Amino acid sequence: MKPQTEAELAEMVAGTNGPLRVRGGGTRPIGAPMAGEVLDMSGMSGVVLHEPGALTLVVKAGTPVAEVERVLAAEGQRLPFEPMDHRALLGSDGEPTMGGVVAANVSGPRRVQVGACRDFLLGVRFVDGTGRVLKNGGRVMKNVTGYDLVKLMAGSWGTLGVMTELSFKVLAVPQAEATLVKRGASAAEGVALLSEALGAPYDVSGAAHLEGRTQVRLEGLAGSVAYRVDQLRKGCLAGFDVVEGAESQALWQEVRDVTPFAEAEGDVWRVSVKPSDGPKLSEALDAAGVRHRAIYDWGGGLVWLLVQPGDATAIRPALAAFGGHATLIRGRAQAGVPVFQPELAPVAAISSGLRAKFDPRGIFNPGLMG
Amino acid sequence: MEMPKPDLAVLAKKPQLVKRLLQVLPADAVIHDDAETRAYECDALTAYKCPPMCAVLPSSTQEVSDVLRICHEMGVPVVPRGSGTSLAGGALPTADSVILGVARMNAVLETDYDNRFVRVQTGRTNLSVTGAVEQDDFFYAPDPSSQLACAIAGNIAMNSGGAHCLKYGVTTNNLLGVTLVMMDGTVVEIGGAHLDSGGLDLLGVICGSEGQLGVVTEATLRILRKPEGARPVLMGFDSNEVAGQCVSDIIKAGVLPVAIEFMDRPCIRATEAFAKAGYPDCEALLIVEVEGSDAEIKEQLDLILEIARSHNPVELRESTSAEESAKIWLGRKSAFGAMGQINDYMCLDGTIPVSQLPFVLRRIGEMSKEYGLDVGNVFHAGDGNMHPLILFNANKPGDLELCEAFGADILRLCVEVGGCLTGEHGVGIEKRDLMVSQFEPDDLDIQMAVKDVFDPKWLLNPAKVFPLEASRLRRAG
Ligand SMILES: Cc1cc2nc3c(=O)[nH]c(=O)nc-3n(C[C@H](O)[C@H](O)[C@H](O)COP(=O)(O)OP(=O)(O)OC[C@H]3O[C@@H](n4cnc5c(N)ncnc54)[C@H](O)[C@@H]3O)c2cc1C
Repeated sequence: MKPQTEAELAEMVAGTNGPLRVRGGGTRPIGAPMAGEVLDMSGMSGVVLHEPGALTLVVKAGTPVAEVERVLAAEGQRLPFEPMDHRALLGSDGEPTMGGVVAANVSGPRRVQVGACRDFLLGVRFVDGTGRVLKNGGRVMKNVTGYDLVKLMAGSWGTLGVMTELSFKVLAVPQAEATLVKRGASAAEGVALLSEALGAPYDVSGAAHLEGRTQVRLEGLAGSVAYRVDQLRKGCLAGFDVVEGAESQALWQEVRDVTPFAEAEGDVWRVSVKPSDGPKLSEALDAAGVRHRAIYDWGGGLVWLLVQPGDATAIRPALAAFGGHATLIRGRAQAGVPVFQPELAPVAAISSGLRAKFDPRGIFNPGLMG
Repeated sequence: MEMPKPDLAVLAKKPQLVKRLLQVLPADAVIHDDAETRAYECDALTAYKCPPMCAVLPSSTQEVSDVLRICHEMGVPVVPRGSGTSLAGGALPTADSVILGVARMNAVLETDYDNRFVRVQTGRTNLSVTGAVEQDDFFYAPDPSSQLACAIAGNIAMNSGGAHCLKYGVTTNNLLGVTLVMMDGTVVEIGGAHLDSGGLDLLGVICGSEGQLGVVTEATLRILRKPEGARPVLMGFDSNEVAGQCVSDIIKAGVLPVAIEFMDRPCIRATEAFAKAGYPDCEALLIVEVEGSDAEIKEQLDLILEIARSHNPVELRESTSAEESAKIWLGRKSAFGAMGQINDYMCLDGTIPVSQLPFVLRRIGEMSKEYGLDVGNVFHAGDGNMHPLILFNANKPGDLELCEAFGADILRLCVEVGGCLTGEHGVGIEKRDLMVSQFEPDDLDIQMAVKDVFDPKWLLNPAKVFPLEASRLRRAG
């Protein structure tokens, strides 16, 4: 199925018994394997509205991320939440779409400063499991009119409805960017430094530690960036080198796309914890004899783990001591190891209750989130 | 505003209910005397009043759970309440309801600077969250003007904003986790000190649900390090169009001020008479605030002032001292009080696309003449969140109704130009019946379906948010 319009999509959904596998660009094959006909959203593409002076962008859900980035760049703007491109890591091809970004709430290193994808999503139109065309939110930045289903749709992995149109808040690309880097720290030391930098009054827009490299990003007006670089180097980031411009950007693209694990063998887990627990989780895995590599973004709070498939059952027990959640991003789900973190019973009851309301026949990506 | 008729069967259960509540709460936490329940008869939308059947003031999540379980078993509606500063009637009781106030639950449970969060009980006031961390130079960013009084509970329920949310976001962008007690007494933990959700983003839908999905008793809030300094600049313009254009040029330029506030002439005049802040007598006034070190502030202001100058301002006033900064903010901060001196007022808070500002202000001016009621505009211009203040005389028969009709017209206009009914105050009862102008019946149905999941009997804050007609069958059970 490849609808060209919202009305056509609604008709298709109403007329089928499913199941349907909702697909944007197909670059993020994450989640439990599913049966079903592909619902290809790439036919519903295009920028509907871009109002630079209001920081607003409205696009159809199948619009390629690359096209959006082009349109925004022409006005000196960007998607502030810096969505990851999963292709290298997952060995997928195709063209990532905005619908896919939102469905997976894909949020990059700038999460620590400005927020996640869900924080920039202002409105959504979608087709529910009965074929109704629905909308929530709008195109303005402040909106508390009725329940916020916009957040609910972000990160719902296509299990609640098929999104057709999305509005975003965008931001201007800052004049300057610089990254402070240092090699040689352990994960615990690195994350402690990140935490100090994030707790300083210098508006850090990226804080990561990967394989012995600790890096902190600053963005803004040129003078301000220079000032903050200076202050941090005089303070908690003494001994850090400075890189700027394209070189700085490359460092963050590597973090954003988890590039070091792209070529490496093994399963990749994405773990979300309290930032200072990141390195502790790695220590707990060591203690449990689980060989792994770890990349820390979000000041330590987002941990990418590379492990051998045989160790899949060890991840969540190690995590249990800390709280947070783990998702299997690359690798095969196996018995007893669901892709998404199992929820406690009362929360799971709410989630499945919501799915039953939005998609009563269970036809959208059934079972993807477990 | 119509409210559902109290359920006589529920009213008849009062003695039994009080007895059961007293089994789980201390005597001083159960208020059931008619003279005393009156204290809870309204929130800050004082035009509507109705004492509840009783009010309870639990001290712990466990007590909240006990109360809800009892009310659930007995089929008694519950209206959660923080500090009662809602401007939308969000905490207005019905005669057959129990007010569940969280004011006694105001402790700070955990402060973690390394991970930049605090965990508090939700009865704690907004300002005192910052108060708990400011000795270490941290702050909690969302800053509603009511922050001295309003509670985190209400902030979460309304997804409240503030003057500085252009840079820092509103409540939902600064909320990491909650402890939620469901209507049947079940306690659930959603989110935590980590930065995203592992499953569906339930936190996102709980925030802003106006007390209709559960009672929030604890919250994990993101805190930030205080900037080194902040400074406002004041600009006066001859026309709303030009001021509006200046706002969008600043936003586009890649400096992100923490606040851009807008006042129109009626509001400037009223505040000048009241607060004598020395504002110029002009058509439109902007206050733009930036943050950072002195040098950073200067760098940003240079850029902003250059943009402002290109729009031929009638006045540009830079602050050079803390006193001057305070003076620039003085008028803005006294605006509500100043309007209140003139007459009773109703404060609206629809949002519009920034580009529609001049048109909407012009239309409001025209409507003001048609209705014969004065209106002043003071608002968060950076994000298009308007605050028209309509003046009326509460003692004059018919004036409130006239004012409400005018307000409704303004809000419908906000929706027509691509905006929404409420940017930060919430729907409550005030905008409940206007929801049909923004949403199709199906759009409302899917929202109500969310409530069906959390609160199948529709006992929590039942006559709010959704038009009574739309929710009638569900409320009937
Ligand atoms: C002078 C003035 C200025 C204001 N300025 C602003 C402003 O700048 N920005 C802004 O956004 N708002 C503003 N407001 C509105 C108001 O202060 C906010 O809506 C505030 O968040 C309400 O908090 P509260 O604790 O008083 O909540 P209440 O009025 O007690 O309740 C508000 C809503 O929250 C629900 N609720 C309360 N406690 C709980 C709980 N524990 N669990 C679940 N639901 C609960 C209630 O049922 C109700 O629906 C202003 C109000 C006044 C009077």
